[in-house]
Amino acid sequence: MHHDARSAPGPTLGGEPGASAVPGPGAAAPGPAGPAGRPGAGAPAVRGHRSPWWLAALWRLLGAVVAIWLVATLGFVVLQALPGDPAEAAVGGPGSQASAAALQAAREQFGLDQPLPQQYLNYLGQLLRGDLGVSYGQKLPVVDVIAPLLWPTLLLAFCSLAVAWVLALGTALVATGRSRFAAALASGLELVASVLPGFWLAAVLVMVFSTQLGWFPAVSDNSARGLVLPALALAVPLAGYLAQTMREGMLSALDAPFAAAARTRGETPWGLRWRHALRHGLVPGINLSGWAFGYLISGAVVVETVFARPGLGRALLSAVTARDVPLVLGVTLVSALGYVLVTLLADALVALVDRRAAA
Amino acid sequence: MNAPIVHARGLRVAFDGVEVVRGIDLSIAPGTCLALVGESGSGKSVTARALVGLTGGSVSAEELRVVGADALSLSERAWRSVRGRRVGTVLQDALGSLDPLRPVGREVADAARLAGVPLDLPALLRSVGLDPAAASRRPDELSGGMRQRALIAAALAADPELVIADEPTTALDTTRQAVVLSLLRARVEAGGALLFITHDLAAARRVADEVAIMDDGRIVERGPVGSVLAAPMSAEGRRLVASVPWERPRGERLLPDDAVPGVGAAARLAGGDAERPVGAAPANGEPGGGEHRPGEAGHPAGPAAVVPSSGEAGGTPVLELREVTIRHRGADAPTVVGASLRLERGRTLGLVGESGSGKSTLLRAAAGLVPIEAGEVLLGGEAWSALPERRRRARRREQAMIVQDPLGSFEPRWSVGRILTDALGRRDASAVRGLLESVHLSAAVADAHPRTLSGGQRQRVAIARALAVEPSVLLCDEPVSALDASVQARVLDLLDELQEERGLAILLVSHDLGVIRHASDNLAVLDGGTIVESGPTEAVLAAPRHPFTRELIDAAPRLR
Amino acid sequence: MSAALSETRPRAVVHRLARLRPGTWLLAACGLVILLCAAVPGLIAPGDPLAIAPRESFLSPRWGHPFGTDESGRDLFTRVVHGTRSSVLIGVLSTLLGVGLGAVLGLVTGLGRRWLDAAGSRLIDAMLAFPTLLLALLLIAVRGPGVATVIVAVGLSSAPGYARLLRSEVRRVSRSGHVEAARMLGKGPVAIVWRHILPGALGPLLAVATLGVGQAIVWASALGYLGLGAPPPAPEWGAMLNAGRTYISNGWWMTVFPGLAIVGVGVVATLAGRRLSARWAGRGGAR
Repeated sequence: MHHDARSAPGPTLGGEPGASAVPGPGAAAPGPAGPAGRPGAGAPAVRGHRSPWWLAALWRLLGAVVAIWLVATLGFVVLQALPGDPAEAAVGGPGSQASAAALQAAREQFGLDQPLPQQYLNYLGQLLRGDLGVSYGQKLPVVDVIAPLLWPTLLLAFCSLAVAWVLALGTALVATGRSRFAAALASGLELVASVLPGFWLAAVLVMVFSTQLGWFPAVSDNSARGLVLPALALAVPLAGYLAQTMREGMLSALDAPFAAAARTRGETPWGLRWRHALRHGLVPGINLSGWAFGYLISGAVVVETVFARPGLGRALLSAVTARDVPLVLGVTLVSALGYVLVTLLADALVALVDRRAAA
Repeated sequence: MNAPIVHARGLRVAFDGVEVVRGIDLSIAPGTCLALVGESGSGKSVTARALVGLTGGSVSAEELRVVGADALSLSERAWRSVRGRRVGTVLQDALGSLDPLRPVGREVADAARLAGVPLDLPALLRSVGLDPAAASRRPDELSGGMRQRALIAAALAADPELVIADEPTTALDTTRQAVVLSLLRARVEAGGALLFITHDLAAARRVADEVAIMDDGRIVERGPVGSVLAAPMSAEGRRLVASVPWERPRGERLLPDDAVPGVGAAARLAGGDAERPVGAAPANGEPGGGEHRPGEAGHPAGPAAVVPSSGEAGGTPVLELREVTIRHRGADAPTVVGASLRLERGRTLGLVGESGSGKSTLLRAAAGLVPIEAGEVLLGGEAWSALPERRRRARRREQAMIVQDPLGSFEPRWSVGRILTDALGRRDASAVRGLLESVHLSAAVADAHPRTLSGGQRQRVAIARALAVEPSVLLCDEPVSALDASVQARVLDLLDELQEERGLAILLVSHDLGVIRHASDNLAVLDGGTIVESGPTEAVLAAPRHPFTRELIDAAPRLR
Repeated sequence: MSAALSETRPRAVVHRLARLRPGTWLLAACGLVILLCAAVPGLIAPGDPLAIAPRESFLSPRWGHPFGTDESGRDLFTRVVHGTRSSVLIGVLSTLLGVGLGAVLGLVTGLGRRWLDAAGSRLIDAMLAFPTLLLALLLIAVRGPGVATVIVAVGLSSAPGYARLLRSEVRRVSRSGHVEAARMLGKGPVAIVWRHILPGALGPLLAVATLGVGQAIVWASALGYLGLGAPPPAPEWGAMLNAGRTYISNGWWMTVFPGLAIVGVGVVATLAGRRLSARWAGRGGAR
């Protein structure tokens, strides 16, 4: 599958169009991207027209901007789809007994009496200024609510990501190794890990390591000890996915003709995996980064709840229960922005490893 | 000093108890090259791998010495110190044999690094004709020929005593093949030992001192390369020699009928139209292209005489390209510029050029699959490229196409029978049988899936599908490039035969001038998107005017 | 999948079944048990999943109550078995929704003109930017909790993944040699899409959708666990785990067994999906 002519580049966010990295459920699929090289195929591939890297980068940036704009627009659609009168919501949330005058004032204040396109433009303008609206529940600007909670959640996500990569790398290296038993064990573990519900794992970890053994606190704070269990609960399922994706990339590399060629040069089995296969495993792994970010934010909601850990996720959950739509939407938009940025970063990283992806 | 680098007696390799190599003797002295020639499945590649301990099967021998070591008792660790350092290997797949994610220079230097041998990388790259700047490039930034040179450099990096080259030129254009072969020969002249594995006798001629012909796991013939090629003793040797199409005149069968199992006169009669008169003289410059009764042409009288003086004796060409220019979407430069071709009924027009010359694009434009920027394509004297796709669709069945990779051209879920039924456009089991018979396949093949067939059988099925639409024009895009020599010869014979029977006009695209010379009446040479020379095949080859044509002729696979 | 003529004969079907590997048999058996639990839970656990027995509350696993009992004395085994239906149903329905939506988007972008592809692909990118659970929470904040919201949310968030897969599959098949061959035979675009592109592209999609069912079940149970899915007494795995949260220190079985059920279904769905994937990827078709 390495000689397939790549399809024309475009502002594709999150990996090449033909890549097997389909986030979400597709993550586990081996990606039927192409059949193995044809035996004895005659003519060498005609290499496509190459654009300079900065042009490709520019395209991708433009794609990211478009994606963010679309995300914001979807957010606007959600706001419009709200049941009931948005003015009522703005005054006191659903169910408030606001007077007609107060409602009218709110309408004028928030520009709700203006035509929809104007409202849409106002909304985009607000977002551009970093204004995410006012939380119904806390009567504070959403930005002020979110800002202090961002760090604990990002810390948790970052720790989990690091742990997940370490676990995944180890598992993938063992799973592609020569010991059949170890390989089977590793792929079995990776399979179970990938379907483990994070919240359940968190609960089980609490039962074992807090309630029974008392090694780690059941209620998490930002101390290192408090981070261990939540980070593990988030990392293990993610590691399952990453390991699976990397293993597939590595196995196809080990089957490739260039691996056979390397062996004829006296390359050791370890060198084969380290110098050749690993890169081929890393690329699809990195391509999953955007999806992984979304997964970590999603997972943070439940894991923070289990460990009563302050953070974006837990604030989000209480906002949902209170039906505080601006806050929920604000968090969602911020995480979507994070997704776009992470994907951009991942694309750049992949382009460093695999120059074919850069063009 | 003259102890052989490789010495094998009674070498056997088996996979799961099935012997693939059945007791062969080999010996290669320093400064010589042995070519191991055979078709796919003959065991030649497995033999080569046995010499570096990479078969994956069980190897046994009365004696097996490689670069002075007893290869039968080497541990895996010991093998690793042999590979790369003492035995360099060049593998077939130039596109796949370099890691796409690593700089070429690192790959090239690997063997030296692993062996702990000092290496002057720029000098090594220059010695194989590569710019040292290529070291920092990734494989996909290099052309096929450059990649193959890099692979040779990688094999030479640790200055090994023996180089094994396993089909190193199969994926290359003929002119680049010639360059690679001369590189390998230079290594031999410098005192290295070379084991050259190939299915191509013509390539063996350019490199080897000695040739050993392998068939079904055994060496059936061996000797100095000149004498074996001049007078092969074994049946397999004769078959391989006969399969080289260069200097075999147009119309002459490459392989006798008895070489095709189950094909006799009866089968051939049953295959096509039973009333067809066979043996009529070739009708030159036949008027009219509209009417296509099968089988008016017959066996040509003799070599060279077949080629008509020119195809313009009157009548409309079946397919005509006038000043066609094609530009891919978004491309700066056009792929094909101002190409004109005329194809007449019952004739073959060969289109030869290197990969990237635009020959396949031109063929697809003739098929109406690629839009053209300027010029026009006429089919049967009527507008073709100018038609809107909807109206062109109604006339598509006047053409049929055969491509290099027949398997890819079949719907993957369908059996052969279903593929042919689909092409016929009606359920007709006897017609399916008839089609299979006309390409010398048994009716049982209808139930098989193309995946389970051999390369030659697949190409026959593709031809049968092409015949199903009873086309007037057959467009062939490298139809035999992926096939073994004798299979290639049989497919060429089959095309010839069908052309005689049905008066097909064939546009044959190939990078192999030998194939073109044998199979076409007229030829056009395409270089960089421009037709640089065209005319009756033998006339052009006898007096080439363009330097590129001369280069092609020099590089053409031949036995003398 | 039985495209070849010979495969339609019953004897051939029996032969094909007999050639399956033991692993496949085991997988099929597990799948059958899950489907049985979902279809006729009473057959396996005849009790009433809602029947309370206050005097039997918080019983640890024992004979008669293999998974123990919960705070109201309800038999956990019965509840887990009866919970299969709603969990599997939520998983399947949301996957169907996701695949349906993804199929539309994927076909439009894969088959449509350049501008349509560009626009659709950006939309897919934007949809991908919404993490599953956050999208679900947003919908729940707007529409209120409930099973229907969970299905819609999980379905919506899986749609862009399917759309992207289908798009690349459609493009792959459209560029393939056999589609060119069909054009040469004079086939029209409708026939080509219907007979070649769709059958070729749907196989991988179905395989991935099978994997997706497992994922959908996990996400739906997460929402149940947060108390945003099925209302409390209903036997749904996520909701059961939610109930178990309070008693995590004295009723481990209330947390462990419903979770194991989720993991079990997830593993079976993933394995089944992988088998199908390998089948489609490796051979480019049925056998």
